[in-house]
Amino acid sequence: MNIVVMLKQTPDTESVIRIASNGKSIVADDLKWIINPYDEFALEAALRLKEKHGGKVSIVSYGPQRVVEAIRTALAMGADDAVLIDDPVLAEGDLLGAVKAMSAAVKELNPDIICSGARAVDYDQAQRGAMMAEFLGWPHLALAVSLESDGTKVTIKRPIEGGNVTLEASLPALVTFGGSHSIWNPRYASLPGIMKAKKKPLAMKSLTDLGLNPAEFGGNSAKILITALEPPPQRPAGRILNGDLELEGKASELVRALHEEARVI
Amino acid sequence: MPKSVCVITEFREGKFRRVSFEVASEGRRIADALGAHLCAIVIGSGVTEKASELGAYGVETVYVTDDPALEHYLTETYVTVTAAIIKECDPAVVILPASVNGKDLGARLAARLEVGLAQDCVEVICDKGTIKAKWPIFAGKCFAWSEWTEGTIPFISCRPNVMDCLMPDETKKPSVEVIKVPIPEARSRVQRVDLDTSGKIELTEANIIISGGRGMKDASNYAMLEELAALLGAAVGASRAAVDSGWRPHSDQVGQTGKVVNPNLYIAVGISGAIQHLAGMGSSKFIVAVNKDSDAPIFSKADYGVVADLFQFVPAFTEEVRKYKATCS
Repeated sequence: MNIVVMLKQTPDTESVIRIASNGKSIVADDLKWIINPYDEFALEAALRLKEKHGGKVSIVSYGPQRVVEAIRTALAMGADDAVLIDDPVLAEGDLLGAVKAMSAAVKELNPDIICSGARAVDYDQAQRGAMMAEFLGWPHLALAVSLESDGTKVTIKRPIEGGNVTLEASLPALVTFGGSHSIWNPRYASLPGIMKAKKKPLAMKSLTDLGLNPAEFGGNSAKILITALEPPPQRPAGRILNGDLELEGKASELVRALHEEARVI
Repeated sequence: MPKSVCVITEFREGKFRRVSFEVASEGRRIADALGAHLCAIVIGSGVTEKASELGAYGVETVYVTDDPALEHYLTETYVTVTAAIIKECDPAVVILPASVNGKDLGARLAARLEVGLAQDCVEVICDKGTIKAKWPIFAGKCFAWSEWTEGTIPFISCRPNVMDCLMPDETKKPSVEVIKVPIPEARSRVQRVDLDTSGKIELTEANIIISGGRGMKDASNYAMLEELAALLGAAVGASRAAVDSGWRPHSDQVGQTGKVVNPNLYIAVGISGAIQHLAGMGSSKFIVAVNKDSDAPIFSKADYGVVADLFQFVPAFTEEVRKYKATCS
């Protein structure tokens, strides 16, 4: 089974996010970078598929050279090879352009199944998987919290508001992953894995390498652009309910405050 | 001149989901700002007779595709039908729900129609005819404003529970146009749908959420929060620590990996307030923190803080709420 995992590198979820002086990007210098957690779930699911059905797991990613660290981690976890599309033109464009470029790289790998996170914990647009499936003309099973495959079809469970849906598709198909660490429990890279990862193939590609015309990507072709970032609204300082009160006093004071001041109960 | 604003609605179990009225209301505001006509897309099975309900929220034309094959949401069929209707109404702006299915539909539509989609928006403005939309990034640690380049149709999905619904005016009736669209063969299918009939309130749509964290110490202690939640009509959430410990299902997890919620009232019980949790609930209107550690970071976000042992405070608070509720009825 040929499996592709679309992987994005994102700042650690513990990161403090600051707006850069240009007002439309974040300060990236002192960030710690990780594999987008949802892509890590996708990778874990992909590795389990490989263990069951054989084949190989290829990583496809885009971004600058710092992304190599995330890719090496994925290779150390057990992925077999990787493609990184490192082309500064993509950074000027939008997601649609980036996914188009990735779809060119994915087609060369001829996958049976593509796995990726349902969303990335940075810009949280939840579009990459759906767009890739569209460019390939494949079914997309979104937001999987379980995955089963007999090698010809794939079945997932997907939470919707107030319930669950079980979806099935024949392969080839694209699956995006939701859920949490507690569900997927992604493996850690072993020490031998880390050693082996250094020798696994990692191809750097530009848009031209993928047979694409850079003039059709980047800022000129972007449909949507981020024009400004804004900090979250400041919350007024709260108050600690009077520490001198007995327990019952605090409880009744909270009920009073929520009713009379906040008017939420 | 702009032609129309188009909203995509969501229909399930014989009725519109509330978020449909939210996007219709938001669509009305944008249509008014642009001087445009407001149309809506309703697709599903058995939807025709309910379609005119959207008139109350300012929709002037409703395009309906009603087919038993559309009973359940399936990306492949819904995208094809929606794209066909969008071409029919030739909109200047498209607004849809950032619900689970809406996000999937929107993203695939954006690729098919080669347009730009801003997902999960919490504010949409029309600035001298230019549409701008704002959405939370890094789970609310920051917000991004986006604009669309010349000649592209803005597609905007709106986060549920954020956009205000207009006061419905039942006297307004839209024109309803039934559109026949051939339903494509799909390679995927819905095998089963299991809806929770216990009356449990969905976290992302709840007005009040009570979340428990590591301080809850054990799964069985959540019964205390469930009891309080039942009194307040609230949903119960959890921190990542609690979910990782296996005390609560992942669907209850609030935070950057988990759900981002925005209720009127968020009560954090025994949650210290890791930054990734604060990101998921920081936009709640009122926040109450109950923790025995007065230095817990959660207190920096709280409107009201209670420094107490939760195992003593929660039962006492529940009792006070019960008394208060008794005086109301």
